Amino acid sequence: MEALSILAQDAAAVADFGPIGAGIGYGLAAIGPGIGIGYIVGKSVEAMARQPESAGMVRTTMFLGVAFTEAIALIGFVVAMLVQ
Amino acid sequence: MSDAMTDPTATPDDAPMSEQSSEQTPDISATSLPVQGEPVEYMISVDIAKKGLVIAPVIIAVCALIWGSEGAAGAAVGIGLVVANFLLSALLVSGAARISLGLMMGAVLFGYALRLGLIFLVIVLVRDEPWISLPALGATIIATHLGLLMWELRYVAINLAYPGLAPKETKS
Repeated sequence: MEALSILAQDAAAVADFGPIGAGIGYGLAAIGPGIGIGYIVGKSVEAMARQPESAGMVRTTMFLGVAFTEAIALIGFVVAMLVQ
Repeated sequence: MSDAMTDPTATPDDAPMSEQSSEQTPDISATSLPVQGEPVEYMISVDIAKKGLVIAPVIIAVCALIWGSEGAAGAAVGIGLVVANFLLSALLVSGAARISLGLMMGAVLFGYALRLGLIFLVIVLVRDEPWISLPALGATIIATHLGLLMWELRYVAINLAYPGLAPKETKS
């Protein structure tokens, strides 16, 4: 009986790590998109500085690329929210 | 000492080449100038928002069938979040691009953190409410975000232009 209560306490202690794990998972999921968005925007700024006349096309591509990359962060966020 | 430096009546044409080049080249880098062209991000986002309003009843109906009224509420909040996310992003980028290229870069990077923080805040506020279904909210956010982007990308890829430049269909 005593062993069961110890196991129950251990299970409760493990369950408390859920929010921490979700937070760590979400943080890890946000690193990749952060790097990707920085790379996309940096290259786009470089392209617009070199060829200002192509800014419209570059901005369109940049905006859509950033939005797609951001989807990865959103997926990580949603998964962390649901797993927690 | 050259004559141009000792002669007080010397004109700029008499100055050495190094001084001439420094006077003629303005101290402005390309990143401090405004970005040319129309606010394409805003036009794309408005186009995405219109498409989002078109498919919103379908998504809400599907979520209502699967998760009930809580699912419908979650889907509505999710669609609102995604559309607001696009519009806020576009406003930040287009507004900053009118000022300078460097500021636009900062606005995109800062906007990424800001918008993720806002989404996190909204979800923290509604997650414990009994009238909302979290799985429906999460599924709607992912599906709507990716679906609307793919839909918009199809038009942009076909036209190779943002919506303002897209050729209109003509009846022959």
